[in-house]
Amino acid sequence: MTGSWFLDHLWLVPLLPFAGFLLVALVLRPLAGPRACSAAAIAAVAGSAIVGWGAAFAYFSRHLGETLVPWQATWLAFTPTFSGNVGVIADDLSLLLVMVVTGVSLLVHIYSTGYLHGEPGYPRYFACLNLFTASMLGLVLSVSILQIYVFWELVGVSSFLLIGYYWEKPSAVSACKKAFIVTRFADLGFLLGLLVLAAYAGGMDFAHLGDPATLERLSGVRLLGTSALTLSAVLVYAGAAGKSAMFPLHIWLPDAMEGPTPVSALIHAATMVVAGVYLVARLFPLYTATPEGLGVVTAIGTFTALFAAVIAVTQFDIKRVLAFSTLSQLGYMMLALGVARAEEPLGFTASTFHLATHACFKALLFLGAGSVIHAVHSNDIREMGGLRRKMPLTHATFLVACLAIAGVPPLSGFFSKDEILAAALHGGHPVVFGVAMLVAGLTAFYMFRLYFLTFSGAPRDHHRFEHAHESPASMTAPLAVLAVPSVLLGFVPFGHFVNRGELGHHGIDFAIAIPATLAGLAGIGLAALLYARPSAAPDRIAAALGALYRAVYAKFYFDEIYLFVTHKIIFRFISRPLAWFDRRIVDGTMDLTAQASRLGGSWLRLSASGRLQNALRFVAGGACGLMLVLILGRAIPRILAVVGYAAIALVLVAQVVRNLRGRGEPLKRIERD
Amino acid sequence: MPGLPHYLVLSALLFMFGVYGLLTRRNLVAMLLCVELILNAAALNFVTFHHFLFRGDPAGAVFPILIIAVAAAEAAVALAIIIAQFRHTRNLDARAADTLHG
Repeated sequence: MTGSWFLDHLWLVPLLPFAGFLLVALVLRPLAGPRACSAAAIAAVAGSAIVGWGAAFAYFSRHLGETLVPWQATWLAFTPTFSGNVGVIADDLSLLLVMVVTGVSLLVHIYSTGYLHGEPGYPRYFACLNLFTASMLGLVLSVSILQIYVFWELVGVSSFLLIGYYWEKPSAVSACKKAFIVTRFADLGFLLGLLVLAAYAGGMDFAHLGDPATLERLSGVRLLGTSALTLSAVLVYAGAAGKSAMFPLHIWLPDAMEGPTPVSALIHAATMVVAGVYLVARLFPLYTATPEGLGVVTAIGTFTALFAAVIAVTQFDIKRVLAFSTLSQLGYMMLALGVARAEEPLGFTASTFHLATHACFKALLFLGAGSVIHAVHSNDIREMGGLRRKMPLTHATFLVACLAIAGVPPLSGFFSKDEILAAALHGGHPVVFGVAMLVAGLTAFYMFRLYFLTFSGAPRDHHRFEHAHESPASMTAPLAVLAVPSVLLGFVPFGHFVNRGELGHHGIDFAIAIPATLAGLAGIGLAALLYARPSAAPDRIAAALGALYRAVYAKFYFDEIYLFVTHKIIFRFISRPLAWFDRRIVDGTMDLTAQASRLGGSWLRLSASGRLQNALRFVAGGACGLMLVLILGRAIPRILAVVGYAAIALVLVAQVVRNLRGRGEPLKRIERD
Repeated sequence: MPGLPHYLVLSALLFMFGVYGLLTRRNLVAMLLCVELILNAAALNFVTFHHFLFRGDPAGAVFPILIIAVAAAEAAVALAIIIAQFRHTRNLDARAADTLHG
């Protein structure tokens, strides 16, 4: 069909990890040892990676610019003209993501065999990891917004399972619940947006949604004071912002660091959190048609980039620093998408470019952090220091990743960040450009603060330092592999492969590159000054900033604000009265009818006493009744109805009276909580 | 000379005595007697109408005979049951005969 076996069999990419998940979870976990489980899981992802990379190479070499659908089927045929389709899509964006996801996932699988060696939940971990990989690959290959929504939720579930891997730890349990609830809350927006699109666009395939005629029609529909186009764009963006942890919904990502570190590298740095960016990029034609929607994307992205970078400066947990750094970089990607226009799509290329480079160096940072945590059994960078000598390979790769994220030329981060800055400036957003420049400096500063505190200087905790050791080869090998693209990916002519139209600006613009590099170097220099050797200066600065520092350190109290709003306001003033209404009024009515039936039954039971004379009395009464029928004739049905209703009312009133006097027999209660 | 109304009133009285007795007496034999009263009230009704209004129609004469036959059969069966009941419980009270009550 397309002349490439890999492209024709692209559906194998999500299917193989899913088969691996079933095999590990249902067959190998109960029957075989942990080594068989991890081997099967790695083999499944490796197979998926081979097919995915083969397809990507075939696409980028021979089909560039086309959108191929190697396999598609009608899943839900709502009407003859309106159906939900499933399938696999092959274009530059989806295959880029396939390469990133399969590559990072394979490395994380291998790394995990070392990191989780000997843990009791080892087989379960690999089953969940395979499930996640399958869901994520299904997500990036979706042909319709309905299919992407299904995989979107599957990704959420597997993320929930993996964050809660250490389920015996209460903090991990609350973290996984928090991640699930916050993203699920955001997905409500996504679902509403999907429904708006389904209702007014007349189709759910991306090919249909990107069609100018559809966009024309959508922008013509007025809905809630705006156009259906803008409304659906903003609603879908709410879901994307939840998954990508954008500003008001960012609170779950730092807590998600309770999961094992390889999970953080795979899900919360390289793949799942970029699903939101991917969704906006996938619906790029829709967003470029609505300047208001893009404005929201830009504003939230820019704010998150700055906000998270500021918090990252103050944190002491090695994984939390990286988590806030991820938030900040995701904001970067979003703002790049936001500043892109249909006629100037540099932001699209810049965003996806940064997505790819960030996936490499951030996964590398997380895996390096995992290696450090594995060695010193602590997350707190105040208990580390001087690890350079103990862990040379981890140190070297971590340094490479730090340089890459700080944007030091000629590493990959330099190129992608430069493109984002160029997109912001040429897109006519000087404020966004300024903020992005500031964030570039901040990024370099907090990353090198982390680096210096962890690896250089003198050990601050001698006990932990003595026990530290370089990690096994299964962990250091993925670090070395990831370091290669972190360095070299920038030299790929990315705009040639992934774009949405001709790029007006191309190559390095020195008017942007030099200040950006200087900002990065300034951040590194400042970090070196403050943290390279033991010094009291950071504490003095923190003390001087006082309340401001404490607010930043407490992440601007967002968790507390959300807790206050949910517990003190929503629970007390909305949930409690509603629960009372449900228990007392809704359930109460049901209970009352049941109790009244029982009361009426107990009265009727008196008639069936088993006494002959009693029965005879009814016979005599019935005879009299028949005589009345003969006399009264046609009024009988009405009289019977009145008598019947009166009887029901009498029973109900009697039961209410009994209940009010506290003499009502309670029903056998079903446990409702 | 008594006419149609006299016979009908007699029949009604017999019927009411029968019903009253059936509702109030608890002795099974007495209740059986009351049933006989009701049956005979009905038979008397038939004969009365036959005699005064439908002379030529034989149904009015046939039904009383049928009723007497049924009453005899019924009395035989009922007495047999009552005797069996009495042998079993040494009691003729209707309230005691509730072994079949769920």
